[in-house]
Amino acid sequence: MKYMLLIYNNPVAMAEMTEEERNGIYTQVDTIMKALTESGELLGGEALADPSTAKTVRVRGGAEAITDGPFAEAKEQFAGYLTVDCETEARAVQIAASWPDAKYSAMEVRAVLDPAGMEM
Amino acid sequence: MTSARRIEDLLRELAPQVLGALLRRYGQFDSAEEAVQEAMLAAAVQWPTEGLPDNPRGWLITVASRRLADQLRSESARRRREESVAAMVSPADALSPAADEDRVENRDDTLTLLVLCCHPALSGPSQVALTLRAVGGLTTGEIARAFLVPEATMAQRISRAKQRIKSSGGEFRMPEEQEMASRMTAVLQVLYLIFNEGYTSSSGTDLTRSDLTWEAIRLTRIVHRLLPDDGEVAGLLALMLLTEARRPARTSPDGALIPLAEQDRRRWNTGYLAEGLALISQTLSSRAIGTFALQAAIAAVHDEAPTAGDTDWAQIVALYELLEQRAPSPVVRLNHAVAVGMAQGPQAGLRMLATLNADGALDGHHRLFAVRAHLLELAGDPTAARTDYLQAARATNSLPEKRYLETRAARLFGNSAGQ
Repeated sequence: MKYMLLIYNNPVAMAEMTEEERNGIYTQVDTIMKALTESGELLGGEALADPSTAKTVRVRGGAEAITDGPFAEAKEQFAGYLTVDCETEARAVQIAASWPDAKYSAMEVRAVLDPAGMEM
Repeated sequence: MTSARRIEDLLRELAPQVLGALLRRYGQFDSAEEAVQEAMLAAAVQWPTEGLPDNPRGWLITVASRRLADQLRSESARRRREESVAAMVSPADALSPAADEDRVENRDDTLTLLVLCCHPALSGPSQVALTLRAVGGLTTGEIARAFLVPEATMAQRISRAKQRIKSSGGEFRMPEEQEMASRMTAVLQVLYLIFNEGYTSSSGTDLTRSDLTWEAIRLTRIVHRLLPDDGEVAGLLALMLLTEARRPARTSPDGALIPLAEQDRRRWNTGYLAEGLALISQTLSSRAIGTFALQAAIAAVHDEAPTAGDTDWAQIVALYELLEQRAPSPVVRLNHAVAVGMAQGPQAGLRMLATLNADGALDGHHRLFAVRAHLLELAGDPTAARTDYLQAARATNSLPEKRYLETRAARLFGNSAGQ
């Protein structure tokens, strides 16, 4: 089963962290990525630039309206994702729980829709 | 001129035999498997231009043995083993590879290899990946594309699977008799998984993935040839053929799922159908009946009906009763409930579903909602049916199933609006 683990964090809180705290997070992330690569579960993932650099694009009545900043004004912002292929949902949740952002903000585990299907 | 397709077929058939020959001589599953892949690659490049060698199998064993020796020689950490293997690969040995092996032995190797690749220490996906590579002769890239994962991920999975076999003491030999039954069950399960992976993903356009059904049928045919008296192997092969026969009718040109009841039966593959029906009737009459044979028998009853309305549901109910005795599971009970609903009316089916609901094994499972929706629709309760179809659409992780279930719900909405 393929899952996307959506990483949410609070950019303000992140900026206020000590260097030591931040390095601790990077080390944890490296360790998890290495373990997931070795287990053959990691499919991919990306980290996103700061939400303040986002452009939100809407088309209304055929006209584009582009605004600076993220779609949702929230303290906790979508910061990146990783996709994994694991045997159970419980395993995906376990990976999410080990990710450092789960301690500060939250991780969301979502199944990726399979292009295969059984006729019923 | 030797066609590329013919060469590929030959290579895929020889792959497990060549690997088996190497394993019997040198052991070293991990390195031997790499060496065989390299030899196959060399053959795929050379044979189309230079023509087939007189003894293709011997050619591959020779080339793979040399690669194996090279590989081990280049790994300084394995210096000690290098000397022993280099000594083992004498030129005479390498040049007369096939002389000491008769055909029976070759064929046994394929089965031994299958059993090794489906080692109980491995997870299901690892068993599948390793089987496709070591027995099926597919490249890592092909397997990765078939499972829609990056090649690096699949390579890692395969190499880890090989390491795990090594660390759990998996050997290239047939298991003891008392262990054989459970190991064969695992092999058949893996072949069925490969089949389903291909079958459920086939929408007519995605040929890479649907090739997996062809591969599963090819491997199961080999096992059936080796174990002609095994009723479960015959049953699995029949089940695959009877299912695969419907493939041309199972999706619309745009990839939407078409349920069995609405399929254009003229589009079914009559060759597979005839072969599957012959195989299952022969199996049922002469061998102990197992769960794959029962599932094949159910598929056969469906496939024999000229129209969906002609389906002998009473017989299907009887077969599900047998299947539930042999291998009770919530999914079997669910399908049993559908059959009961069709044979004895939707209320009878719904009553059976209620017992499933009560034990909670399928809580939140999309198939439970989908089946209940279908039975409620038949029972003339479109409002409740619609709620369940939508619930099923939310619960499934499959894109085509989601679309199908939403369409069913929308169709009902249209009906009920007109009432």
